Amino acid sequence: MPEHLLDIRGVVKKFDANPVLRGIDLSVDAHEVVVLIGASGSGKSTLLRTINLLERVDDGQIFVDGQDVTDPRVKGDAVRANIGVVFQHYNLFPHLSVLSNVTLALRKVHGVAKDTANERGLALLDRIGLAAKANDYPDRLSGGQQQRVAIARAIATNPVLLLLDEITSALDPQLVGEVLDLVTELKEQGSTILMATHEIGFARKVADRVVFLKGGVIVEQGPPAQILENPVEPETQEFLSRVMR
Amino acid sequence: MTSAPVTGGDGFAPLPPVSALELDRRHFRRRQTTKSLFVSLGSTVLFATVIAIVLANSPGWQIARDTFFNPDYFWSSFPKVWHGLLLNLRVLVVSVIGVAIVATLLASIRSLRGAVFFPLRFLAAAYTDLFRGTPFLIVLYLIGFGVPALGFNDRPIDAAVLGTIALVLSYSAYVAEVLRAGIEAVHPSQRLAARSLGLSHYRSLTLIVLPQALRKVTPALMNDFVSMQKDVGLISVLGAVDAIRAAQNLTALSYNYTPYVVAGLMFVALSWPFIRLTDWISARQQRREQMGGAV
Ligand SMILES: Nc1ncnc2c1ncn2[C@@H]1O[C@H](COP(=O)(O)OP(=O)(O)OP(=O)(O)O)[C@@H](O)[C@H]1O
Ligand SMILES: [Mg+2]
Repeated sequence: MPEHLLDIRGVVKKFDANPVLRGIDLSVDAHEVVVLIGASGSGKSTLLRTINLLERVDDGQIFVDGQDVTDPRVKGDAVRANIGVVFQHYNLFPHLSVLSNVTLALRKVHGVAKDTANERGLALLDRIGLAAKANDYPDRLSGGQQQRVAIARAIATNPVLLLLDEITSALDPQLVGEVLDLVTELKEQGSTILMATHEIGFARKVADRVVFLKGGVIVEQGPPAQILENPVEPETQEFLSRVMR
Repeated sequence: MTSAPVTGGDGFAPLPPVSALELDRRHFRRRQTTKSLFVSLGSTVLFATVIAIVLANSPGWQIARDTFFNPDYFWSSFPKVWHGLLLNLRVLVVSVIGVAIVATLLASIRSLRGAVFFPLRFLAAAYTDLFRGTPFLIVLYLIGFGVPALGFNDRPIDAAVLGTIALVLSYSAYVAEVLRAGIEAVHPSQRLAARSLGLSHYRSLTLIVLPQALRKVTPALMNDFVSMQKDVGLISVLGAVDAIRAAQNLTALSYNYTPYVVAGLMFVALSWPFIRLTDWISARQQRREQMGGAV
């Protein structure tokens, strides 16, 4: 039986005839932070999307918390309710206030009463320093603030796993820091995180393990010091020399 | 215009008083506004005067005025036409509710994905295509005279009920298309974000997609509503005694057409508030979308 929190085994994903994931094996333990790096188009987003069943795999299995989520008898909504996702472009709901964005899943998916949900939502907003914006609408917030709210929305229901997909690449450089600080804080509190990022410096700081993806296969993985400083594979070396210049 | 300094309760230094330059600019803008107001007022009065003179000097004006704008007939026909209008209003209220339900269903069905739903999508598409292409008068005749001919009911069905059914059938097709356009204008990432939180397809639609879609198409929906408001008058062709039918009955007695003018004015008065409201909402939406811009 799988003892990892997330266990991906031989996952294949094709778009039409074009294979984007060519047999991925990857596991993430509880409280571990794993960072996916790789060139644009290497399949990082696709891999994250197969995990919370926004894409259906064409082969292989994915276990989340011991449950095979690729089994067609498994309810997708229930799986997604236990996984937090943050997107590159925040995707906050523009017609809902900041607080409603954060409490929506608590109330409508997990059936938490409105007062309790609001209390929890406010506490969360307080933690990310945005309690004063609770009743504002997302378009009144800066990009960095919106992304922090998106993270709060994703963790409001205490998901077992957090998937972060290039959550800083739409942000101005001076706003990146505040979002990454929040991720560091989540790591310290024991969240299990699988994230795709182009921020190599951040990967070095926060990752327990770095995974290098190319053309839909995992080329190399290991502790950040090893992968980022002394990669074995020439492809990893080439990628790193390009992104770090 | 006071130029007291704005006190900074937020920890920032207070703003300096408004500069003389800015005060001068404001003064100039106000004068410009007043000037434009007078110019447009003057041209409107001039235009109205010209029309009045042309009308009054036309050869048939005397007769036209007596047959269409006779004050005696105006007031005497008013109560009956008003009573008819109440029927129009009742039909309108019921139809709007019917249209809201049927159109939302149609639009939701048309935005379902997946091969399983192809037959449903196809039916909904066929329905909207058919009814958007058919003139409302023909739908009205087919329902109004066709349904009773089927003979399901022993007693005759009320013409107003048949008219309501025809209105709902026809307008649902239009409104469904407007709603669908709105649904498609909501970025797909919004649906993905909703599903990622564990919301079901139905919940994502009703809590996330539809509210945003409605905002986007509010002006178009209100236009459809205004046009429905006057199309309720067409139920008179089925024999329902509404405002137009009441006017027609009165005209048949006196050969004076003033009651039609009364009915017409009532319809205008009915729709006018909504037309203004539609304008106001569109303008507000446009302002919001170009927030901050001066042009
Ligand atoms: N819905 C889709 N339909 C067809 N092809 C797709 C789809 N989504 C992704 N792809 C293709 O899959 C490949 C991998 O895409 P993916 O978004 O996973 O890359 P990525 O590693 O996240 O890149 P980036 O760093 O630019 O975000 C790309 O070649 C892309 O064109
Ligand atoms: Mg990506």
